[in-house]
Amino acid sequence: MQEIKRKYVVPGDRIIDGNFRPLSNVTKSGNSIFATRIGIAEATRDGIKVIPLSGVYIPRVNDIVIGKIIDHSSLSWQVDISSCFSAHLPAQDVFGRDFSPARDDMNKQLAIGDLVTARIMAFDRTRDPMLTIQDKDLGRIPRGEFLKISATRVPRLIGKRGSMIQTIEQATQTRILIGQNGIVVVSGRNGDGTQLAIRAIRMVEEEAHTSNLTQRIKTLLNVPDPQPTETLTEVAESEDQKLIPETVGQVQEELEKGD
Amino acid sequence: MIQTRNLIDEHGLRTDGRTTDELRNVKIQVGIVKNADGSAYIEFGKNRIIAAVYGPREVHPKHMAQPDRCVLRCRYHMSPFSTDTRKNPAPSRREVEISKVMREALEPALILEDYPRAAIDVFVEVLQADGGSRCAGISAASVALADAGINMRDIVPACAAGKVDGKIVLDINDIEDKEGSADMPLAYMPHLERVTLLQLDGILNQEEFNECLDKALQGCKMIYEIQRKALIQKYFGDEQELKEES
Repeated sequence: MQEIKRKYVVPGDRIIDGNFRPLSNVTKSGNSIFATRIGIAEATRDGIKVIPLSGVYIPRVNDIVIGKIIDHSSLSWQVDISSCFSAHLPAQDVFGRDFSPARDDMNKQLAIGDLVTARIMAFDRTRDPMLTIQDKDLGRIPRGEFLKISATRVPRLIGKRGSMIQTIEQATQTRILIGQNGIVVVSGRNGDGTQLAIRAIRMVEEEAHTSNLTQRIKTLLNVPDPQPTETLTEVAESEDQKLIPETVGQVQEELEKGD
Repeated sequence: MIQTRNLIDEHGLRTDGRTTDELRNVKIQVGIVKNADGSAYIEFGKNRIIAAVYGPREVHPKHMAQPDRCVLRCRYHMSPFSTDTRKNPAPSRREVEISKVMREALEPALILEDYPRAAIDVFVEVLQADGGSRCAGISAASVALADAGINMRDIVPACAAGKVDGKIVLDINDIEDKEGSADMPLAYMPHLERVTLLQLDGILNQEEFNECLDKALQGCKMIYEIQRKALIQKYFGDEQELKEES
């Protein structure tokens, strides 16, 4: 396949002519591929895609998200996952098959206002997304500092194989949970570390597309050892990266110990 | 229409000193409303307009939701202080109409099927009005939509052309709108080469119409470049091209 240069695009820009497969955020019209979002266009072996730089979160099956319980009916909780669709968490998922609305008190497990880490079990745009917390490292988040970033910045915040988030965690002595929907929960033993971590996360959000970001984050966090600078390519490579299970595991363990 | 003064002087210049195919000064800033998902501010001559986009988000009332596509809602509003005599803030007949044509001008550019059961709200607030605020509003709104990260086929610039003192001129201002003999706003998708809005107030013959259309299309293309620059500036700073490190 012919290689194209990665380039900046705005909606409507022609990316390339020829028989290529359109992947995400592009549309094929005639023999050309056009961008539909503002972002960075690139060609991979599979086809052409645009890495978007703005936009709200649209759920995808198997994404790990952080949501807030906003209501419950007798059979399910309603969870705000900061998307245009509010998600459902069935009570049977938490209580097990023999859940009975008469016997079990749903408020005891998850109260309104609680934050949960959950996986999107099913979503097809005709129905609201369905969540599950029946998996390792999922469930209620007991404490932490809550912040929201744009969902398009999540891959950058995680970094290549988790490099960015690990840098921040190690330097500030905190644990950071990230949902694909852009909700971040930072928990740490001291307030200063947490505040510093939040500042670093905000900086990643604002300057996500700029090169040399890791270096600047390290300067902010006073990390001594200067490593080879990383660059824009990471945004692309980590785009489909999910929440790193090990990290979540550690966080949960830490937090449980803390209780 | 009674002409009270010459709108084009002996040097071929208009009331504000422009030539017949010159735009007013256009300046666009992206992302100025932090609460919105996308926003833009446009200065189009003396027009000062803010456009803010919210969404895709949940539809309220729920019965408005479409099962297969997203609902686009537009509100064009002139603030009471935007004109020299106070404008009643209640939506007037004119504002309701402009909201509708604005929605219809933006709809073809959006891929609404990507967000079923959701709604996108576009608010266009005119802070200071000069002629051609609907065109400026559409131009700002489409930039705000792109800033909000909504899937779009193209960006929609809009620009008017018209007839003043028997001559076809680009970008009608307020005086020319009131005292000239025709005003033709046009919104256009430059990549798809499709017109999404065409209105005509006044009388033109076939030749004049064609000339007017050509002028307005040229104007749209100029505005498109400004829109594009504004978006690139917001997201990529001064770099206009991606620098490859390898």
